[in-house]
Amino acid sequence: MSDPKKPVVLLAGNPNAGKTTLFNALTGARARTGNYPGVTVERRVGPWTIGSRVVELVDLPGSYSLTARSREEAVAIDAILPASEASAPAAIVVVADSSNLERHLYFAVQLLEIGRPTVLALNLADEAKASGITIDVAQLEARTGVRVVSLSARSGEGLPRLNEAVAEALEGRSVPPPIPLALPDAIEQAIGTVEAAIDPPRALPPRHLRARAILALLGTSETDEVTLTPPVRAAIEAAHRAHPELEEAIIAARYGHVDALLAGAITRAPSGRRLTERIDAVLTHPVLGLVSFALVMAVLFQALFAWSEPLVGGIENAIVWVQDLLRAVLPEGPLVNLLVEGVVAGGGNVVVFVPQIAILSLFLIVLEDSGYLARVAFVIDRLMGAVGLHGRAFVPLLSGFACAVPAVIATRTIENRRDRLLTMLALPLMSCSARLPVYILVVAVAFPEGGSYFGLSVGALALFAMYALSVVASLGAAAIMRRTVLKGPRPTMILELPPYRMPVLRNLLRSTWDRVGQFLSNAGTVIVAITIVLWALLHLPGNPEAVARHDEAVALAEGSLSGASLEARVAELDGELAEAQMESSIGGSIGRLMEPAIAPLGFDWKIGVGLLASFAAREVLVSTLGIVYGVGDAADEESAPLRDRLRAATRPDGTRVFTPLTGIALMVFFVLAAQCMSTLAIVRRESGSWRWAMFMLVYMNALAYVGALLVYQGGRLLGYS
Amino acid sequence: MDLSQLARGSAARVVRVGGPGIGGALGMDRSISTRLMELGLLPGTRVHVVRVAPMGDPMVVSVRGAELSVRSSEARLVTVELESKEPPG
Repeated sequence: MSDPKKPVVLLAGNPNAGKTTLFNALTGARARTGNYPGVTVERRVGPWTIGSRVVELVDLPGSYSLTARSREEAVAIDAILPASEASAPAAIVVVADSSNLERHLYFAVQLLEIGRPTVLALNLADEAKASGITIDVAQLEARTGVRVVSLSARSGEGLPRLNEAVAEALEGRSVPPPIPLALPDAIEQAIGTVEAAIDPPRALPPRHLRARAILALLGTSETDEVTLTPPVRAAIEAAHRAHPELEEAIIAARYGHVDALLAGAITRAPSGRRLTERIDAVLTHPVLGLVSFALVMAVLFQALFAWSEPLVGGIENAIVWVQDLLRAVLPEGPLVNLLVEGVVAGGGNVVVFVPQIAILSLFLIVLEDSGYLARVAFVIDRLMGAVGLHGRAFVPLLSGFACAVPAVIATRTIENRRDRLLTMLALPLMSCSARLPVYILVVAVAFPEGGSYFGLSVGALALFAMYALSVVASLGAAAIMRRTVLKGPRPTMILELPPYRMPVLRNLLRSTWDRVGQFLSNAGTVIVAITIVLWALLHLPGNPEAVARHDEAVALAEGSLSGASLEARVAELDGELAEAQMESSIGGSIGRLMEPAIAPLGFDWKIGVGLLASFAAREVLVSTLGIVYGVGDAADEESAPLRDRLRAATRPDGTRVFTPLTGIALMVFFVLAAQCMSTLAIVRRESGSWRWAMFMLVYMNALAYVGALLVYQGGRLLGYS
Repeated sequence: MDLSQLARGSAARVVRVGGPGIGGALGMDRSISTRLMELGLLPGTRVHVVRVAPMGDPMVVSVRGAELSVRSSEARLVTVELESKEPPG
């Protein structure tokens, strides 16, 4: 992705240092967001003009230290300490929060140790000043030996000075002198041994090599396999055996250096974090904290369900308008059908997700940037821990009630990859809003006489049961996957609660647009392709005989009827034609082929066709049943003719198809099955491979089959029908 | 005593991070201890418990001017010496 001609400048720093704001301010609209190859870590790169030259600015994932615990940190290390000198950065800009320098300078010292041209950017200078912190920049420059720039990325203050400083760094000035870490000789020797094991010919610059050696000594399981050759591993183990306190000594020496850098260079008024403390007194309060949390979630829910509705409705109407327009101007024929019902409908299936994705992304980025999301994780972590999930998994899981697609994208706020996968694989079991029309139709058909139990109507009871089942299934699946396929320790909750800050509008719009754009370009193409395939399955090879019969009957009707009765007759004949065509389609044959497999669940081939078609989106089951039962594709879940036809439907032996038991089995199947191609497409995109998407497809559908089988067969054993 | 036993508002000094055998086979604990130290919880550092989550876990400790959230299971790795039960200042 990086342009070999341009020098690379890295933007590194702790989370919450305002790195992204600085990146956006420096690169403007020209930045690109992509992925690091093979991992799902966002990679943001953009051109930055410094005087007459243009450099490639890379925004590294935020990390607290140069230790590879997560993929994010591993990605940052690969860029900062590449295995070969050829891909070394031209300069490093370390971004630190001026109001929290003691913490942020730890990582800065680690980067200064490497000895690359470095500039220290003290961001959030305005905020530090407001809270009474004064920093002696000249003093810090003298002590670090590199250019130090106080700035505020949000207001743009100090950015010209940063340009100058980085220009100097690119000319090879602003190189930090070696840092005298106060380490016992024995540990220095151990570092030397590891250095020799990593790079026997000593091809890397000495300070770069030393940094890699210390990294390997402090690193854990995720340290890259290239470095951890058997001799390196042996040297590390020997060092730890000889010096059990090795980590403590190195970390303490660095903090000692931080203290020496800051001694007398920073003064703070005693006021500190007053505003954040006052807000936290409410938002993390034992009672008020939970109340405000519930309120925030209620607003999120309202936004996802209700506020997105006019937009979704508008998009749906626009798609119908385009389809009608195309039908009106183009001649009738199979190609036009493919265009209208395959390509345009497929594009519609993609665009229709945009409002919810944009709303949820925007909402989450506001929560994240304001600092509240870290508190949500803090408040809810205990509860989520019961099923082995991280506190940060809560919002994506909850969003799954609206739609799994934006919810899967929302898992990006979970840093740990294993946790993120776990959350995205479990959340499609949450009962999304596309399942609701299915429940409503099935309840109305299977329980025609209504009735009530425990003071609740049958419909309410069924809905409650389905939602409860979805929550239990989702959390249960997470708990099981945590112990099996995604086995591993629960990631730590050790994180900083950043001070509350006003989010920056530019960042919000950028990140939201990034997510929507990636969905459209990546998951979108898969969704369009599958829509076309499904359309072909349900419409090809066509049934010319039925068409001829239909045309004849219409001509006959036109001769004998007129006005409203003619229209009604034509609609009826159209419905019959659609039914005949679907029956003779590939999908119809698949439905029949499937029948022996789904008969034990109480489903017949027509339901089988519905299951196949609902892969486009679950609510498509309703219109597909409309077609296979000859009432046309315009039927919705409230349609009386569709309900009547379904209630009257019988099996070959004359018994009703949609008995209460079949209805319950069908609803259970819909709760548990992975029937949504859009979810598959987005899981593939966000997990980085088809492997996990296919895993989800298999495990959820197996669960659905077994669930429906248990309901139907169990019910029959108990004497229900 | 360890960090997880401190009540809200109390201040303490870190004595040790990690069990006696932190260099040994306890891979996960060692990795947690390293992270705690990297975030400033080093022997000799003063900490105070700022707040505890509504369900009693995790807790927020103030260390070196920053606030860190830590689960009880993680705070247990930090041995401390109680200094006062009242919030400082």
